Amino acid sequence: MAEAAAPKKSLWAKHAFLERNSIWLMIGILLVVAIGGLVEIVPLFYLKSTIEKVSGVRPWSPLELAGRNIYVREGCYNCHSQMIRPLRDEVERYGHYSLAAESMYDRPFQWGSKRTGPDLARVGNKYSDEWQRQHLADPRSVVPGSIMPGYPFLAQTPLKTYEIADDMKVNAVLGVPYSEAMIAEALADLKAQATPDADGDGLVERYPGAQQRDFDGNPKVVSEADALIAYLQALGTMVDFKLYDDKANIR
Amino acid sequence: MTQLHSSAGEGRGSGATEPGVDQSGKKMTFGEGGLAFVFAVLTLSCITVAAKTHDAAYAFHAYLSAFASLAAVFVILNRYADRPAALPAREIEGKPNYNFGPVKFATLAAMFWGIAGFLIGVIIAFQLAFPWLNLDLPWTAFGRLRPLHTSAVIFAFGGNVLIGTSFYVVQRTSRARLAGYLAPWFVVLGYNFFIVIAGTGYLLGITQSKEYAEPEWYADLWLTVVWVTYLLVYLATLWRRQEPHIYVANWFYLAFIVTIAMLHLGNNASIPVSVFSPKSYIVWSGVQDAMVQWWYGHNAVGFFLTAGFLAIMYYFIPKRADRPVYSYRLSIIHFWALIFIYIWAGPHHLHYTALPDWAQTLGMTFSIILWMPSWGGMINGLMTLSGAWDKLRTDPVLRMMVVSVAFYGMSTFEGPLMSVKSVNSLSHYTDWTIGHVHSGALGWVAYISFGAIYCLVPWLWQKRELYSLRLVNWHFWISTIGIVFYISAMWVAGILQGLMWRAYTSLGFLEYSFIETVEAMHPFYIIRALGGVLFLVGGLIMAFNIFMTIRQPETAEADTGARNPSLVPAE
Repeated sequence: MAEAAAPKKSLWAKHAFLERNSIWLMIGILLVVAIGGLVEIVPLFYLKSTIEKVSGVRPWSPLELAGRNIYVREGCYNCHSQMIRPLRDEVERYGHYSLAAESMYDRPFQWGSKRTGPDLARVGNKYSDEWQRQHLADPRSVVPGSIMPGYPFLAQTPLKTYEIADDMKVNAVLGVPYSEAMIAEALADLKAQATPDADGDGLVERYPGAQQRDFDGNPKVVSEADALIAYLQALGTMVDFKLYDDKANIR
Repeated sequence: MTQLHSSAGEGRGSGATEPGVDQSGKKMTFGEGGLAFVFAVLTLSCITVAAKTHDAAYAFHAYLSAFASLAAVFVILNRYADRPAALPAREIEGKPNYNFGPVKFATLAAMFWGIAGFLIGVIIAFQLAFPWLNLDLPWTAFGRLRPLHTSAVIFAFGGNVLIGTSFYVVQRTSRARLAGYLAPWFVVLGYNFFIVIAGTGYLLGITQSKEYAEPEWYADLWLTVVWVTYLLVYLATLWRRQEPHIYVANWFYLAFIVTIAMLHLGNNASIPVSVFSPKSYIVWSGVQDAMVQWWYGHNAVGFFLTAGFLAIMYYFIPKRADRPVYSYRLSIIHFWALIFIYIWAGPHHLHYTALPDWAQTLGMTFSIILWMPSWGGMINGLMTLSGAWDKLRTDPVLRMMVVSVAFYGMSTFEGPLMSVKSVNSLSHYTDWTIGHVHSGALGWVAYISFGAIYCLVPWLWQKRELYSLRLVNWHFWISTIGIVFYISAMWVAGILQGLMWRAYTSLGFLEYSFIETVEAMHPFYIIRALGGVLFLVGGLIMAFNIFMTIRQPETAEADTGARNPSLVPAE
């Protein structure tokens, strides 16, 4: 190269050591790239201020979890965020800004990165079930300018439920507070939540605030639309912001 | 030299079946026997899984894997039966006996996946303008096709370019044959099988829905095995090098391989529901998952789409321009600075979210600092042209690569700008981000890849030049116009939508409903889709040109490596 040979003690000459030893070069690379991640990620697990103290947030009910898995399967995050930023227009448009606590049981998180459609963090109870199922089946029948794909097949596909207890078991292993009773009653709770006349005491006891009704308008089957709408109707409804004290959680 | 190439570029068992091949005393190597055994076991396991699972899509993947494993056993044994007793020599008459078979495969695979990825991009661009194109079917909805597009262009197209060029560059700069007999093929074919599993999985609804890390646990495990083999082949080839110094391009390739391994393992840590289910749950949750995801996501950009392609820049631009790299010291500084700083930049994807402010501030600070090492690389690439600028007039391949470095400079200026919190409050969630990504992905990554492939194909297939430089010129101009359409439409769309979201009337009410801001995007979505079409047309022209180049009968007489004094090791 153009530069004159550096004196032996200079840094440039020392760098030659790395250029001659692939293993040390690799170790050097690993050390250098590890630092940033360690500093930014590790404290999030032990700093208590990372997740706010707030009451009301509970794990997803079996039906909501199944609905969330459909949300994940269809890649809704590609167009919908679930993260309201503390900016004036967002708070007015969507509601209270999102708290870390509200997604603390979410695996994976679905904050999203793009709003081709609106934010869904607080879509729960904003629209009727009827609106939701019509909108899923044919978005432009209720919102003429919408560019969302239609999902008519959701209401026609029975929900696969054979794995729901296992789903909850894995989540419990990872730290989501699903009790043994919750896992044992998973299938019963799932069906009860989608059936208006079923005895829902156990369900509501285990999942406070769970909404119990026939979400898809077809009482004969528990469909994928039942699950997805149950999930959507629960989004952002767990924390009562009339009682929530912003200042207690300033970070 | 011609003889060297024909033996170097051996395909599967080529020439080995001719009579007179010395097969006496042939023994199966541990690698052949072991790999055949592992694939045989894998075949049986996959069939068991396929039989026991309740999930049809998962069963399809299991059968596909069983079939592929069985084919692998067959190919390994067949190759063994056909080969001479001795494995290919490392050197023939004192010259390295290069192994270019896997490089050729990766190059053609890159071309194929590139076209496929651009095509899906065009389709989903039109879906955003004309939503009936989603067809109301699960397999054709935007939510499933968009990951297919991103994975096809980043991992299938970009990944094959990186694996192919890295296997080429490490051999050439080390003047040594690629390490391993079956291992390089395992890396190339195994990686492409991962792509097939990932892509078909998205269409069938198997996804983790973590952006750019959508493949489920079993695909992730498979990729881990392939990737570790890749690292070992790469390192072992470096150990055979004839030069004391490791050439600068190899630092970048090494950083890319090692860091991607770290990111992949960290971000995909998950527990499957059972071996018989495609579904898994990520170990991290909520805010921690968000941080890990964008630590991964931003560094997929930093190490997959930047470090790896900078390695391509450091080899192919000096070689094509026939000039040495501008500054060795600059390459040292910007290498270490780039890989150190990039890792910190992830949180700028999470500005104003529930991620704690300290992490956001760190992310923003390092993103702005990142501007400097990025431009260090750009300057080193561009200034390599000093004394050879006139070649831009006559060589469209070189022009493509130089323009790619210019695009790199542009998007690495735009990136730090968008990472500033106040800018980000406007740009985030809008199409500005999409435009930014594509100025980097189309302008930088794809252009430097096109340039590298245009260089590689005549070298690998021993042709004097490409079939047509005029077609390269057409490709360049058509796709450049496409890029300009694309990114300017997205700039306008993104800034417009961001401003509409925060617009207030004089009475203090939000001026626009969300759907009004969606409707305002329509003309820009059409312009963007047309830009994509132009880029795709450019890609098709390239594929034709490559195809015709390979079909040319004429064979180059001189070894291209020999007339490149510019590639002295960095010192």
